[in-house]
This record gives sequence, C-alpha cells and structure tokens, in this order.
Amino acid sequence: MSLRASLRPAIVLFVLALLGLGLVYPLAVTLLAGALFPVQAHGTLVHGHDGSVAGSDLIARPVADPRYFHPRPSAVGYGASGSGGSNLGPTNPDLADRVNASIAELRGAGVTGPIPSDLVMTSASGLDPHLTVEAAFIQAPRIAAARNRSVDGVEAIILAHRVADPAPFHPEYVNVNILNRALDAP
Amino acid sequence: MNYPDPLFDAAGVVAFVFLLTAAAAVLGRYLARLFFHDAPPAFVRRLEKPVCTLLGVDPDTEETWRGYARDLLVFNGIGIAFLFVLLLVQGVLPLNPAGAPGMAPDLALNTAISFVTNTNWQAYAGENAASYLSQTAGFTVQHFLSAGTGLAVAVALVRGLSRRESDRIGTFWMDLVRAVLGLLLPLAFVAALLLASQGVIQNLDPYVTTPSGQTIPMGPVASQEAIKVLGTNGGGFFGANSAHPYENPTPLSNLAEVFLLLLVPAAVPFMFGEAVGDRRQGNLLYGVMIALFLGAFAFLYAAELAGNPLLAGTQGFPMEGKEVRFGLGGTALFATATTATSCGAVDAMFDSFTPLGGLVPFALILFGEVAHGGVGSGFCTMIAFVVVAVFIAGLMIGRTPEYLGKKIGVLEMEMAVAVALTPGVLVLVLSAVALAVPAGTAAALNPGPHGLSEIVYAFASMANNNGSAFAGLDAGVLFYTLAGSLAMAVGRFVPIVATLALAGALAGRKAVPPSFGTLPTHTLPFAAWLVLVILVVGALTFFPIFAMGPIAEHLLMAGGA
Repeated sequence: MSLRASLRPAIVLFVLALLGLGLVYPLAVTLLAGALFPVQAHGTLVHGHDGSVAGSDLIARPVADPRYFHPRPSAVGYGASGSGGSNLGPTNPDLADRVNASIAELRGAGVTGPIPSDLVMTSASGLDPHLTVEAAFIQAPRIAAARNRSVDGVEAIILAHRVADPAPFHPEYVNVNILNRALDAP
Repeated sequence: MNYPDPLFDAAGVVAFVFLLTAAAAVLGRYLARLFFHDAPPAFVRRLEKPVCTLLGVDPDTEETWRGYARDLLVFNGIGIAFLFVLLLVQGVLPLNPAGAPGMAPDLALNTAISFVTNTNWQAYAGENAASYLSQTAGFTVQHFLSAGTGLAVAVALVRGLSRRESDRIGTFWMDLVRAVLGLLLPLAFVAALLLASQGVIQNLDPYVTTPSGQTIPMGPVASQEAIKVLGTNGGGFFGANSAHPYENPTPLSNLAEVFLLLLVPAAVPFMFGEAVGDRRQGNLLYGVMIALFLGAFAFLYAAELAGNPLLAGTQGFPMEGKEVRFGLGGTALFATATTATSCGAVDAMFDSFTPLGGLVPFALILFGEVAHGGVGSGFCTMIAFVVVAVFIAGLMIGRTPEYLGKKIGVLEMEMAVAVALTPGVLVLVLSAVALAVPAGTAAALNPGPHGLSEIVYAFASMANNNGSAFAGLDAGVLFYTLAGSLAMAVGRFVPIVATLALAGALAGRKAVPPSFGTLPTHTLPFAAWLVLVILVVGALTFFPIFAMGPIAEHLLMAGGA
C-alpha cells in the first residue's frame, strides 16, 4: 500500500461529502425550515406600515427616545452586522469607569434603588434584545412621565409580556422590541 | 425576587445530567452496534454499499494502524487544501450576498487548519468575512468530517483494546462513513429543525438594512449550528457565536445546544463498555467525566455568583459579556460544557468572567478536555490518562501494569505520554515565544495579569483544539495566525497518530488472565486515583500559569485594585 492507494478513496469521499453535506443537507434544511417555521427561518423580522423591514424581534435596536424602553448597552453600537462583547476583563479600569458612568447617568435622571447589572453592562452579542424584569421596571417611571400615563399601567405592560420558556435557569425577562410595540398599541 | 436561586439551578443541572446520561447510555449501545458487532442498522448498510463501490474500498479488508493513519492524514490534508483555496477565492465565487472578500493567505491557512482539526478557532468574524458558500461547502462540511475523524480514531482505539493478537484496527473509510451517515447527519438534521423552531435562522436571503440604518445579517445558520454543537466543533456563523440571538435565541435552544454538544462524547464511554464486553469499564470512565464536569460547573457558578467587588454599584451577578435569557445557570453550564469537551462555542464572553470564573474553562482545556472531551478525541485522551494511571499504580504496588487484560509495555507508555503531553508542551513553548516577542504581547487587549491569561488561553485553546477564546486578544495578526496554525495542526495530528499507534500495539497483545495481583480498573478507588492523576498532571504542568494569571488577578480584584 502506498500514498497513492489512499488518494483515490480520499478524493472520491471528499467530493461526496462536499455534495451531500455542503449542498444537499443545508438546502434540505433550508427548504424544510422555511416551510415549517417561515417567520423564524427568515429572522423573525417585523415590518413597518409601509411594508419595509423595521427590524428583528430578536435583535436589539438603538433607542434613545424617553417614551420607549431602552435595551442593554451594546459594545458594538447595535451594529447587527458585527456582533460581539466588550471583552473587557474584570479588573480592567475601563470597565468599572464605564459602568460607574452609566450608573451616575441613571442616578442623575432620578433613578433610585438598586441598579440591575444587565442595565449597565454590555451583552455578549451586543444585540441582546432582552432585559430582566427589574431592569424594565426601573424604566417605567420615565416612560410613564413621557407618555402621560400611570406608572402602574406601564408596569402592567411589563408583567403581561414576560417571556415564557420551559427551560430552567433564566431570570424573569422581557423582550424590549415587543414591549415597545406594546407601548404603542392602542 | 431572589434570582439566581442556587438550589433551583442545582436541581436543574441534576435533572439535565440525568437526561444526558440516559440518552448517552442508549446512544452508546447504538454506536457499539454501528461500529463493532458488524450489525449496523439497515439504512446505514444500504447507504454505505454504493459509497464503498465508488471509493473502491473493500469493507471487509481491515488495515494496520499505519494504513489507518495514512488514510486519515491524506484525507484531512485534502480537506485543509480545499478549504484554504476556497477561502482565498470566496470573493469571486457565488452565494456571497454580503460581498465577503477573499481571505488573506495567513488567515485562510489558520481558518482551514482550524476547521479541519475540529478546533474552530476563529480569527475572523463570520458576518463580514465568510460567504454563504464558505459557511456551507467549507465549514459545515468540515464540522461533519472533523467530528467523524475524531470518532473514527476512538473506534480504532477501542478495537485495539478489545482485540487479541491482531495487527488490524479497522478501515478509516468505513468508520468515517458510518460516523457521518449512521450518527451525525440524522441527528444534525433533526437538531437543525429544532433550533429553527426556536428562532435560529435558515435562509439564503441577502442581508437586510432597515430604514434606521441597522444591517441585519442572514444566512443558512441552523444547518451549521446543529452540527457545530453535535460535532463539538464550535465554529459559529457569527462573531458572537452561540451568544448571538440568531444562533441561540431562547433558554430552551441554549439547553438544547449544551445537550447536543455533550451527547456524542458522553456516549463514547458507554460504547467502549459494550465493545470490550465489560460495561463497568465504560461506566467508570463516564463517572469520572461527570464528576470532573460537575465540580467545574459548581466552581464556575459560585465564582460568578460571588461577583466582582469592583462593580459593587450594581445588583445581581456581573452581566458584562453575558446574555439575559440564559441566566447564570445556563451561562455556567454552557461554559463548562464547551471547554470540558473540545467544542469551543460560547454563549458568553469568557474574557469578562470574574478571574476565578474564567479559570474554570482555562483549566478544563489545559487538563486535556477529558470531561467528556471532543467527539472521539476526549475519550482517547482519557484512555491515555488511564494508561498513565495504571502504570504509576503498577510502580507503586510493584506489579506489571495491565489494562483490560493487556500488559502495558514501553511503546504503550510512550504513546500515552505523547497523547497526554503534546498539547501541554505546545502551550508552554508557544506562550513563552509570544511573551518574548512584541507581536505576541501587543495583541492583548486587557492590562495586567489578565493580558497574560488572554495570551496563554489562546494557545491552550488552539493546541487542545477547543476554539474558545478570551476574545479581547487580536488573533488576526500574522504572529498568531501562523503560530496558531502550528499549534492546531500539531495538537491534533500528533496525538491522533500516537493514539493509533497505541491501538495497534494493544491489538497485538496477548490476553493476560486476571490474577490476584491484577489492579481492578472498574472500582471507586481506581476512579478516585484516575481523577487524581489527571489533576496532578495538569496542575504540575500549568500551576505557575494559573498563579500568574487568574489567581493573581483574583487577588488584585479582592484587594480592590
């Protein structure tokens, strides 16, 4: 047996793998997933009134308007085409400085009580569309004031939109994109 | 509200491990049928027959370990060459809606070796740097083939352990084809659809730009995500890997990904027990793996729960680099599983873990990824440690070392040591070089001991074919792409060839009937001894690194610096 004896099966098997695993398998999954889960397979996109894509429910969007819930801060500026975290180490002074600045900003806006860590720390993807219920509650007074609504009403919207999931481990949490849509609903 | 609740999370992990063990035991028995008792299921038989004809391979002619190794190396060499060229020229090929340009030669080489060696170290971000064609025809294909290669080596090793006075250890082509057709492809197909139901995308659409200017990436993600975890590959579609909402959208998808990435490595010890005709031997190895796994999980969970006193102005465990939906338990479970195997996918950024939290994935990788290890490769490393443990115990009690009725001779010991120590030598030597040259130290993002952790973690991850990172390191510079290519290739293929040589040597041994002096290898004392050997070898090799990196940083953090 020589190297040459290995070469034929190696090349033939690689070509078969290329066709079967690189072409047929992904295409079959694309067709089937598209048929079974058409919304999810195409990105859980949301369309505006004019039919254009407003965004995805699964991807955080930058929000500065005080009338809406703000998502977690993003290390990539919510740039969905370049996901990632800050990668700042736990003892890096830049991390503590940034977090403390965010806390000071919230305090300056009149927020009292404990600050949930997810509200002032960047996510792993930079696109996390979720907040803990506590981080949403902290924003309720601001939103209520900007909209001339009762704080109770905004809190009720938060509680009504907690995400249900059968898996363990997760905190009570909400999707910011869905919450903001609910705020605008008549 | 009290979140997180450690008791509730502990109950969740126990339930998870129970389910995993049950599934792995069933799958292990199936794998024994697939590879050993010459009784693969009918659909595999029907599919592999025409494949054998096309290959020109006689399924009944087995090879020596040298022949097996040669086939494996030639096949993997072709894989590297093809992927290298594909990445170089992807810019002019079809299925490239985002217009990813061809990769630079050093990055293409690094990436090609990375995916073929089951490492999936990624010095690029998938959204911008890889076309749909590269993701499917390049990466998805290698996700299957590298996992299949790892499993084939484990199967060959089990043949070596179970045979007597034979010079044959199987046929690489048959083992690879059966691993893909009989195991990986059907499971990946089902898993891809499950993930798609949760919100993992699967399409060939162009990227979408919203009126507000946000560009949302698209692509055939679910089909790659499924085999990425199932094959303990870890090379994600997007830069953020399994933290990206399009790769891992829900707590349930997170749990499913952890389950899938542990499933095959957890099944291999059960397959081994069936194949050598003594289930207790497989159960022992599985038990050792689970013990190491649970210990690591608890340590990581506790470290993150204790938090970071430098960020004391906030409530709850530190969320920097973590996603809300996974919670502390889901994040810690994923991080433990991905580094206890050789997966390397991440659903959180290890760079921002607390120092002791980050120590866990670091140590799991450096201790050889044996709990449960990569698909196939983890089992082989575990057997190498068993051989070392049997040998040391033999010296202490003054008996000839034996395992499964085979004498452990000089050649077996040499090969076992090569398997166990090659990655460690690579890590230490290449880290030392990196620390001595400006290009090596300039790439670290964080100052102080954390920067050291970033550099050594990179080589630990590549030499052990894991692929996760302390991602602040700028791994795209020439020094890291080239030194990393070397680490990944040597860290993969030297242990594989040594494993096959070990299999060949063991297959040729005569059976020694057990006597009064035989050390039983299915008992609790031996399990404890094995754990001790693994921990001592790892600690002796790497303790200075841990002391200067994560432990020093922990002390700085506790001191308020």
